[in-house]
Amino acid sequence: MRKGFILVVSLLAAVLAFTGCAKDDQVVLNVYNWGDYIDEDIFDTFEEETGIKVNYETFSTNEEMYTKIKNGGTKYDIAIPSDYMIEKMIREDMLEKLDMSKIPNYANISDEYKNLSFDPDNAYSVPYFWGTVGIVYNTDLIDGPITSWANLWDPQYAGMFTMVDSQRDSIMVALKMLGYSMNTKNLDELEQAKEALIQQKPLVLAYAGDNVKDMLISEEAAMAVVWSGEASAVIQEYPQFDYVLPEEGSNLWVDSIVIPKGAEHIDAAHQFIDFLCRADIGFKNADYVGYSTCNTETLKMIDPSLYDTTYAYPKPEWIEGFEIFEDPGDFVSEYDRIWTEIKAN
Amino acid sequence: MSKWIKRFYIGLMFAFLYAPIVVLIVFSFNDSKSTAKWEGFTLDWYNSLLQNDYIMKSLYYTILVALVASVLATVIGTFAAFGIFYMRSWQQKLVLNINSIPMLNPDIVTGVSLMTLFVALSLPLGLGTMIIAHVTFNIPYVVLSVLPKFRQMPNEMLEAAMDLGATPWYAFKKVIFPEIKPGVITGALIAFTLSIDDFVISFFTTGNGVTNLSIAVYSMARRGIKPEINALSTLMFTTVLILMVIINKRTKKEDI
Amino acid sequence: MLKKLASGPYLIWIVLFIVVPILMVGFFSLVQEGPDGTLTFTTANFQRVFDPIYVGVWWRSIKIALEATLICLILGYPTAFILSKMKKRIQTFAVMLFIVPMWMNFLLRTYAWMTILGKNGILNQLLALVGLPQMTFLYSEGAVLLGMVYNFLPFMVLPIYTVLAKMDRNLIEAAEDLGGNRRIVFTKVILPLSLPGVISGVSMVFMPAVSTFVISNLLYGGQYMLIGNLIEQQFLTVGDWHFGSAIAIILMIIILITMAVMNRASGNDPEESGVNLW
Repeated sequence: MRKGFILVVSLLAAVLAFTGCAKDDQVVLNVYNWGDYIDEDIFDTFEEETGIKVNYETFSTNEEMYTKIKNGGTKYDIAIPSDYMIEKMIREDMLEKLDMSKIPNYANISDEYKNLSFDPDNAYSVPYFWGTVGIVYNTDLIDGPITSWANLWDPQYAGMFTMVDSQRDSIMVALKMLGYSMNTKNLDELEQAKEALIQQKPLVLAYAGDNVKDMLISEEAAMAVVWSGEASAVIQEYPQFDYVLPEEGSNLWVDSIVIPKGAEHIDAAHQFIDFLCRADIGFKNADYVGYSTCNTETLKMIDPSLYDTTYAYPKPEWIEGFEIFEDPGDFVSEYDRIWTEIKAN
Repeated sequence: MSKWIKRFYIGLMFAFLYAPIVVLIVFSFNDSKSTAKWEGFTLDWYNSLLQNDYIMKSLYYTILVALVASVLATVIGTFAAFGIFYMRSWQQKLVLNINSIPMLNPDIVTGVSLMTLFVALSLPLGLGTMIIAHVTFNIPYVVLSVLPKFRQMPNEMLEAAMDLGATPWYAFKKVIFPEIKPGVITGALIAFTLSIDDFVISFFTTGNGVTNLSIAVYSMARRGIKPEINALSTLMFTTVLILMVIINKRTKKEDI
Repeated sequence: MLKKLASGPYLIWIVLFIVVPILMVGFFSLVQEGPDGTLTFTTANFQRVFDPIYVGVWWRSIKIALEATLICLILGYPTAFILSKMKKRIQTFAVMLFIVPMWMNFLLRTYAWMTILGKNGILNQLLALVGLPQMTFLYSEGAVLLGMVYNFLPFMVLPIYTVLAKMDRNLIEAAEDLGGNRRIVFTKVILPLSLPGVISGVSMVFMPAVSTFVISNLLYGGQYMLIGNLIEQQFLTVGDWHFGSAIAIILMIIILITMAVMNRASGNDPEESGVNLW
């Protein structure tokens, strides 16, 4: 009995000590990011240089990240959402204003990605990577030219391709296929997109998340709707893959680094943002994740063979007319409903 | 004839149960990411498993949470059973009905309802909330394994001890506890294994980078096949097997 | 006094962490949040649950859970029967063999099937060896069903086995002495007596099967939605806790009613039903 009591007490003490020491001794930065979207080795570099430890967590969609931060169960110091989600979070007062004087490396960020409409003065966000959404396919397994979203409704590819398990992106594919804007607030257009996606469902192998690269490489899937960097990572290793920017147009996106309200280590967060904007760190990340950097200094270090490719640094005329997602405001509840209905059907 | 059919059938069932595990074990030694073609023997996956901070950290949390939660649940549950035993009948029914809710409710409902509570109380999700959640689903099993032992106990034992001058604590320690000990141990073991194995409730009630093994496996498996997971399976399977053999040996000894 | 104090912490605990959370989910399911954050009472969340699309999800979940339960019963009953008839020495060992896989982490057992059923998995390799074309096993309803049967089969076998093993042999011998042939003895004596085990097995398979989201997520990608997936999606991705709560409440009611009916039918003491397994 006494032994049991001592055991309980010592265990509780151990727990307290553990939770306590993490808080007192060292600053631990809570970073919330997309899966496979950073070279985790740079955390060690950051810790060596600043003594700040990084606690890293990942999400697989903007909506998942938003819900988790909104719930407030975890206090993140850094998050890396996309354009429209940043707009929404600014509108809902969920982000801390940045102090650019603490982020000197912000000067490295290309003007092309500064002051975009979702955060007009970059008061809240620092661009991280940019890219497109398109179709990657295995030329060994798919014959016939893939040129447009409409190919994804072609029965000859039944069971061979994956859609993307992300609300806005999947609905975008249908909206673009139908010739509408992907930022539509027209309920009728949205319903048509829903019908199109429901009609397409029997042809779809899966709505893939972070496993899409694995599915392509293992030939589980022959074709997939992906963010460009996923394609880039696959193509650089397996040249039989090709990435297509669909002719109906697509999504051009910019993911940016933000500090959510409630962050407990604001100074350290600024330090981390500055660190990510450094040319060499930016290069390490770009090299690892395969996405297109927003950093002019990093761009100079990038392998020139990636220039003018569809998946990494497309020519401006190729992506003409591509849209950036906008926050639909309260209309988002319709998007939520449509998405739930598509998945439930 | 029918004896052979029976043997064949049981053999088939065992093959069905064990084939996937054998596949995992075999390919955890495969010198390739493939889980289909054999390309030579290697221990690389075990090496990279041991160097995987994410998995090692979640292993630590799994054991920590299971230990703390099962000890807490056992203490609270044992005293609870003691109290419940002396309750009036309608009170007992009411309490036992509430007690059975976490056992009957689907895990996902328990998980989201606890998450709702924690968020409403603005408790930071993490180790603390996960332990609370585990204690919550462990207690009912402890109560139900200890309570019958009270019922089997001779009726006036506690009173007799106290009449003879024992303090309540002394009476509990020397008279009651030895009687209910088997139930307490069973309860603690059930609680521990439930904790180790839990996924759904932990998934909804954790945060701030605290994950257990189940959550780690889930988030890795969602990204595709990872040979490290095969290695992990092999290690866990061997551990379970060894534990079972030890437990079996011990019970056999006790029988004699 | 002491006796009252002893259960004090427990009573506080179960009220705070069992009763209150369920009441909160109930509350959430009955309100909706306006744009300005005001809460209004409404039945809209429940009405939405009965929208044809979501009725479809219920139907799909219940159907596949029933299929899994049925398959487990068909495979499990004979297994339990044969196990209970084994010689005592082998019996303990065989039952233990049955329990061991159950002790392995549930996620790992599901993951195992991902590696087996994949396009380049071992099953397709075996097919290729005998010259058959490759097939898609993963990402199908069949894969989910298989995953359920595999994970929950022991839950069916063990309760039935327990009842069969405890059964009074004299009863069976008496029936045989009275001239019953083996079929009659089985249908008239053994089967009815083992019914409590069957019922507790059925509920122990059906319940986790109907509420799972892990098996469907891992073995059938994101487009296959069961009730568990819907709840998970509403709470973690879409963030509509009100709708999510309404579904959770209905799932809870369905399960509790099923369990109550099952317990009544089997004459099980409800206090013991939860620990039958052990």
